[in-house]
Amino acid sequence: MTGTLLEAKAVAKHFGGVKALRDVSLTIRRGEIYGLIGPNGAGKTTFFNCMTGLYVPDGGGFSFDGKPLVADAPDKAAARGIARTFQNIRLFGNMTALENVMVGRHVRTRAGVLGAIFQNPATKAEEAAIRQRAIDLLHYVRIEERADDLAKNLSYGDQRRLEIARALASEPKLLCLDEPAAGMNGTETEQLRELIDGIRRDGTTILLIEHDVKLVMGLCDRVAVLDYGALVIEDVPAVVQKDQRVIEAYLGA
Amino acid sequence: MKNSQFFRSTAGITLMAAALIVLPFVAALGGQAWVRILDFAILYVFLALGLNIVVGLAGLLDLGYIAFYAVGAYTWALLASPHFGLHLPIWVILPIGGLLACLAGVVLGSPTLKLRGDYLAIVTLGFGEIVRIFLNNLNAPINVTNGPQGITLIDPVTFGDFKFSGTTQIFGIALSGPQKYYYLLVALAILVVIINLRLQNSRIGRAWQAIREDEIAAKAIGINTRNLKLLAFAMGASFGGVAGGIFSAMQGFVSPESFSLIESIMILAMVVLGGMGHIPGVILGAVLLSILPEALRYGVGPIQMALFGKMLVDPESLRMLVFGLALVLVMRFKPAGLWPAPERKRESGEIQQVTAK
Amino acid sequence: MDIFLQQIINGLVQGSIYALVALGYTMVYGIMGLINFAHGEVVMIGTLVTITVASSLIKAGMPVALAGLAGLSASVLVCMALGWGLERIAYRPLRNAPRLTPLITAIGMSIVLQNLAMMIWGRNYMTFPSLLPKVDFEFAGANFTMIQVIIVLVSAATMGGLLLLVYRTKLGMAMRATAQNPAVASLMGVNINRVIAAAFIIGSALGALAGVMVGGYYEIAHYQMGFMLGLKAFTAAVLGGIGNLAGAMLGGILLGIIEALGAGYIGDLTGGFLGSHYQDIFAFVVLIVVLMFKPSGLFGEKTGDRA
Repeated sequence: MTGTLLEAKAVAKHFGGVKALRDVSLTIRRGEIYGLIGPNGAGKTTFFNCMTGLYVPDGGGFSFDGKPLVADAPDKAAARGIARTFQNIRLFGNMTALENVMVGRHVRTRAGVLGAIFQNPATKAEEAAIRQRAIDLLHYVRIEERADDLAKNLSYGDQRRLEIARALASEPKLLCLDEPAAGMNGTETEQLRELIDGIRRDGTTILLIEHDVKLVMGLCDRVAVLDYGALVIEDVPAVVQKDQRVIEAYLGA
Repeated sequence: MKNSQFFRSTAGITLMAAALIVLPFVAALGGQAWVRILDFAILYVFLALGLNIVVGLAGLLDLGYIAFYAVGAYTWALLASPHFGLHLPIWVILPIGGLLACLAGVVLGSPTLKLRGDYLAIVTLGFGEIVRIFLNNLNAPINVTNGPQGITLIDPVTFGDFKFSGTTQIFGIALSGPQKYYYLLVALAILVVIINLRLQNSRIGRAWQAIREDEIAAKAIGINTRNLKLLAFAMGASFGGVAGGIFSAMQGFVSPESFSLIESIMILAMVVLGGMGHIPGVILGAVLLSILPEALRYGVGPIQMALFGKMLVDPESLRMLVFGLALVLVMRFKPAGLWPAPERKRESGEIQQVTAK
Repeated sequence: MDIFLQQIINGLVQGSIYALVALGYTMVYGIMGLINFAHGEVVMIGTLVTITVASSLIKAGMPVALAGLAGLSASVLVCMALGWGLERIAYRPLRNAPRLTPLITAIGMSIVLQNLAMMIWGRNYMTFPSLLPKVDFEFAGANFTMIQVIIVLVSAATMGGLLLLVYRTKLGMAMRATAQNPAVASLMGVNINRVIAAAFIIGSALGALAGVMVGGYYEIAHYQMGFMLGLKAFTAAVLGGIGNLAGAMLGGILLGIIEALGAGYIGDLTGGFLGSHYQDIFAFVVLIVVLMFKPSGLFGEKTGDRA
């Protein structure tokens, strides 16, 4: 299970005259937690959106799991095994927590309209499996008792967890978390740290975009730093922490 | 909750079934006109539930739904009337009507479904108008639709020797044409309720709801939003087409007038006023909004006479005025509809129950 | 060529009217995201009020020009009050309701207004009094009348005034801020209720003006006239990019011209297969085609997917 899972090659993206990403190249290895940090506006989320197909890059490209990743549509990225959460939580508010996770199984299941209408055995079995897997995932992120609540009625921390469960439902090879600790207090962040660590231990590679430098340094195997859309450094946390350019970028010197 | 438990219990179902069976005879006491009103109420239930898939489940605002109904209605009218001298059987026409409507849905939907909500609304509205204008004018140079006069003498629904028009004796009970159509329509409506329910709790139905809730998040978890929206659109359209066929046969007459924008709006109003996405609510909305104007038609005149001894205002406009006010007031005091989906959808105990099935 | 020029002129006149009505839709939509389906009825009421006031004043012996002016003022006032009332009574309580709720309310109000108008003015077509002397002009083989010139000029001036209002005054700035983000605008001290009311009132005043123009141009009016007019104007607003003032103006004029040219040439284009009674489909066909290539309308801002 070692080797490269995702490789970004000279990815560039600009909006009008603003260069949001300048030839960013980086490599995520299987089984690691990879941190992507940088000051506000450094291009972290843009990188994320290029990778997951929300934006089409203007230059460069990605390869994922040994094959080129043609990221022109988010649903294709998801089908390839890239799942994500959003910086500003995007749940399906008027669906229950359980249903949110069940939708997450979409790419790994097949039932169509006819199956739904005629309720053939295969569809019924699949539906039961979807439900069971979703219940298991709610247990996994420890919000099983909120299964029947509408997602919009969950607390902030639980919404974050639900979003992670929904992403995990698609059996991703790479789970991308966009600032999962944003807005969380110390206890919640600690619980989140444990959850992320657990997910990695269970075999899923994680890309973590985060503002909370302490969380990133404590959790990640390797860290990349972006500043003004360019990659500053990619290395283990101990090295990154001491890098003069990183300190400058964060202090704005 | 309490209501849903009642409807699922055997006693509840038996009671409802009995009520549905007796209803056309009760209505007949007030004259066959009331049975016909009842028929239309059920037809609207069918239409509204078809639209509910598009608007309620998938969240696509369709203001041209009536166009698909028109396609189905004219398909029946052209294939089973003296107009072209064709009299094809129901198994041929109804599927063709449904398919053509579905095709129309795909043709309209594939270039336009990427549009944001309100843009889609106006495009579908425009499409509805285009269809109506063509129906109105396709009598020259080749007479396809017979223009504003419409098509008459359309064949009724017929299964073998059993005709749905005229009175038949069954087990010594005289059933009028409208009463027979009533039972046919109820059967169809039950079918579409079942389809709605099953879709709602299926992989596809959940994907639709996800698109309705947040399209970007839906894409991100791997839902091909374009195809699924098209599917919802096409399914809704097919239901419209089938309903149109029955309408055509039941009336024996179609003309472009029946397919104006206000009809699309009425069906949408049924869905929203009842409780969008909630099947019992949509049924309630359809029944209320189809019966209310008719009830007002019979009520407004006599009440004026009784109160003032003369007709103060034209009853036709008064009834529409009251109807419009009713829409406004319901939305004002029940913004989510008369019978919206309950906030907590299921009792907690039900998860295991469903899993065990 | 004279048919071409003639149709351009006719289209410009019709388009100016569409543009004025479209502004009412686009202002309300831009600020609160509501398709105010009742706006077409406001225009219709504007026309009918003018007829009643102007005709009775003329009958009472008032000079025609003065009576016309009085009719216009009455219609603008009535429509402004109507627009304000609609917002206050029907829409304001629904600010936080589900998205389709106000739409159904708007449809309900449209039905109510139409039937109220029928009760007041009856089912029959009404004749719009002749307020202007009939003067014809000729230019390069095309004919046009005094009323056409006035419609185009007054519309242009009104739209210019509106742009000044929106881009040069405090109220205009508040309106633009509210359109961008109502919550933030209100934090900045903008009185949202006043801004929304202003959008309705201004939109209705423009609608009344358009109503008078339609009446003067076609010389007849009817309680159902608002529906199609409103629909076309709304189409024009979407065509231009809904929420965008300049878009509504250009969309309206473009739609008018396309319709006029279409009606003039459709017979030739289709080898006589389709006649000029297909005029009404142009608006919608053009709309669908434009939105296929420009999903936010011709001048609409691109609202990209943001994560």
